[in-house]
Amino acid sequence: MLQVLLDRWQFGVTTVYHFLFVPLTIGLIFLIAVMESIYVASGNEDYKKMAKFWGNLFLINFAVGVVTGIMQEFQFGMNWSNYSRFVGDVFGAPLAVEALAAFFLESTFLGIWVFGWDRVSKRVHLTAVWMVAFGTTLSAFWILAANAFMQEPVGYVLRHGRAEMDSFGALLINPQLWVEFPHVWFAALSTATFFVAGISAYYILRGRSKKIFMNSFKIAVSFGLVGSVLVAVVGHEQAQHLVTAQPMKMAASEALWNTSAEHASWNLLAGIDQASHRNTFQVQVPYALSILAYNHPYGKVEGINQLQAQYVQKYGPGNYIPPVWITFYTFRIMVLAGVVMILLALYGVYLMLRDKLEGHRKYYKWMIWAIALPYIGNTTGWIMTEIGRQPWAVFGLLKTANGDSPTVGPALVWTTLIGFALVYGILAVVDVYLLVKNIKMGPDGEDLAHRRALEDGVGAVI
Amino acid sequence: MSLDVLWFILIAVLYTGYFVLEGFDYGVGMLMPFLGKNDEQRRLIINSIGPFWDGNEVWLLTAGGATFAAFPNWYATLFSGFYLALFLMLLALIGRGVAFEFRSKVDSQAWRNTWDWVIFTGSLLPALLWGVALANLMQGVPIDAQMNFTGNFFTLLSPYTVVGGLSMVLMFALHGALFLSLRTVGELQVRARQTARRVGMWTTIVMFVFVLLSYFFTDMFTKIGVDPGPVPVLAGLVLISVAFFIRVKKDGWAFAMTSVTIVLSTATIFLGLFPRVMVSSTNPAWSLTIYNASSSHYTLTVMTIVAFSLVPIVLAYQIWTYWVFRKRLQPGGHLDY
Repeated sequence: MLQVLLDRWQFGVTTVYHFLFVPLTIGLIFLIAVMESIYVASGNEDYKKMAKFWGNLFLINFAVGVVTGIMQEFQFGMNWSNYSRFVGDVFGAPLAVEALAAFFLESTFLGIWVFGWDRVSKRVHLTAVWMVAFGTTLSAFWILAANAFMQEPVGYVLRHGRAEMDSFGALLINPQLWVEFPHVWFAALSTATFFVAGISAYYILRGRSKKIFMNSFKIAVSFGLVGSVLVAVVGHEQAQHLVTAQPMKMAASEALWNTSAEHASWNLLAGIDQASHRNTFQVQVPYALSILAYNHPYGKVEGINQLQAQYVQKYGPGNYIPPVWITFYTFRIMVLAGVVMILLALYGVYLMLRDKLEGHRKYYKWMIWAIALPYIGNTTGWIMTEIGRQPWAVFGLLKTANGDSPTVGPALVWTTLIGFALVYGILAVVDVYLLVKNIKMGPDGEDLAHRRALEDGVGAVI
Repeated sequence: MSLDVLWFILIAVLYTGYFVLEGFDYGVGMLMPFLGKNDEQRRLIINSIGPFWDGNEVWLLTAGGATFAAFPNWYATLFSGFYLALFLMLLALIGRGVAFEFRSKVDSQAWRNTWDWVIFTGSLLPALLWGVALANLMQGVPIDAQMNFTGNFFTLLSPYTVVGGLSMVLMFALHGALFLSLRTVGELQVRARQTARRVGMWTTIVMFVFVLLSYFFTDMFTKIGVDPGPVPVLAGLVLISVAFFIRVKKDGWAFAMTSVTIVLSTATIFLGLFPRVMVSSTNPAWSLTIYNASSSHYTLTVMTIVAFSLVPIVLAYQIWTYWVFRKRLQPGGHLDY
């Protein structure tokens, strides 16, 4: 039991950490590709400078994302060997395809992009950055195809004591994948837009390289609005899908202990008492849960107690209720972060269209702080979706507790857990240090020394 | 040919690609502190593998992913069994990967020395660990009837496996030195060539010792007898030819020969294993084979279609990048890393 707990902590810590870097990678390379496209189309050198500046930050972020990603692929075998044996026939395929189709593409073309500014033509260079963007998106698709199987297993049969794939196509059209993948992709786009907008705001407030950062800001806010609105729209579809695919996660994320009335009210806040299966208090919005679940103001939503009884009948005795307060509150924090992002992006686009962006210092200050919002949303979203699936590793097929490596033992897991936590901690510090340093240096970092020399010269003359 | 056999070959190919390609960038990383006498030289050395190393590493990720998809039991036993070794390798790869990116970002000697150390260790350790791991795969490790590894980290360390690790380190150092001689000019190129000659001699000696030991510590002798067959013999001959090509300053040929040596050596190991993928030293009947470790026929069929449509494309654009960056690095030019 201790070992499974440690395995889970290791998976949680390393995955959440990895996913701090992934969304920015996916979204930012897309924005950089847009910037470089403008450069190639217009010949305006400012956009080249822009692409290079954001490219530098992208690379610092990408490096950590890549190296922590290796761990992701290996830890299924290391800590979850029973899981790997049981579902490897199905689950291994999307991982292999991810490496073959996506990792090669992004790593190879990123090499061309970074080292090829003077070696390949403009068009080839532009193609390279789009290839990287395509590769990161492809990578998201395949790894989410694997995750979607854990949420909603499809395309398999139970044979020879394991899950064997019987339809690769079914894995690819898994309905869970098609709500999860766009949700994650638009979240990634939103992450990058808020990152770019926040850092541009920092420059605009200081009046440095204003033209570049005004334009960066406008690109970011426009895509930010698209991203943050669509992430919510798709998120809503995902919630509706949850009602049929994983009703227990739905009930837990709403702290709904008993099946609701025909017009289901939504708990905005609740005091959760998991031991006695009740809420100590709740603040409710009438009809809202029906709308969330069915897109209509009516419709019953199944409760935790009823589902638990059903699952005992179906899967045998056991506790099928995930930690309710974590599922409930991470969901709310995610939604709150998303709503604030939509409002900020809306306001920004409004200011932009009325040509009032110039001089709105308060808004820029908000946008610097708003960089944190997508990170909060991404992290709580994943915690909700993974914790909410418990006790299952693969819903209805394999419990997390049965997936660990039988001969590894807690001592070894402790060792690697502490080891990775330490190294990841150091990496985080170095990464933030380098990002801040590069941001302060600005797009003219390379000619900074030159300019200082000039200024000193001017000072001496005066 | 059955799909199990085909996938055994494909995984062997992926590991071979990984050893040949990342082998030289591990070698370059190991030699960097010794061959680079000042910061610019060190940067030149790192930049020589700059556009390539990440793409090379994906060969490992693909090999890992393909093992998971095609032989889930092999993946599960190997990764949970060689637990601490993999942990060390992951730390090495993590440090090394960020070190390349971070090193040049701060203009301070202490900062750069720290990352140089990380690059050195991060390149040496995976080479050593893979050598040890391959020797263990050939020798066999304790595996029970449920396919679980029952030893510990120290089970994996023995004089034989350490010699295996050492020969891999030397092989990659030689391979890396030759790659450097192809990518640099002047002083650095001369020094890379000298290093290749010196390391090359030791590589040849240690590799032959390792092969000799393999007769005693693995079932190679009982399986195939005194004459190991054409593949390993050719590997040995090709390795010996490297010294000749270095002496006549045919760096390209010398590098091609170390590549061939690595290909043939890896082939030897996989041929020796076949049809087993993890040899059980506890009971031969408990060994994992391509039959009891593999995925279903359906999964292997799907993966075969995927592999045969994607691998040619991947190869094409990877070869193209080597062509794009074929020019030698000149001192005084712009450096990205």
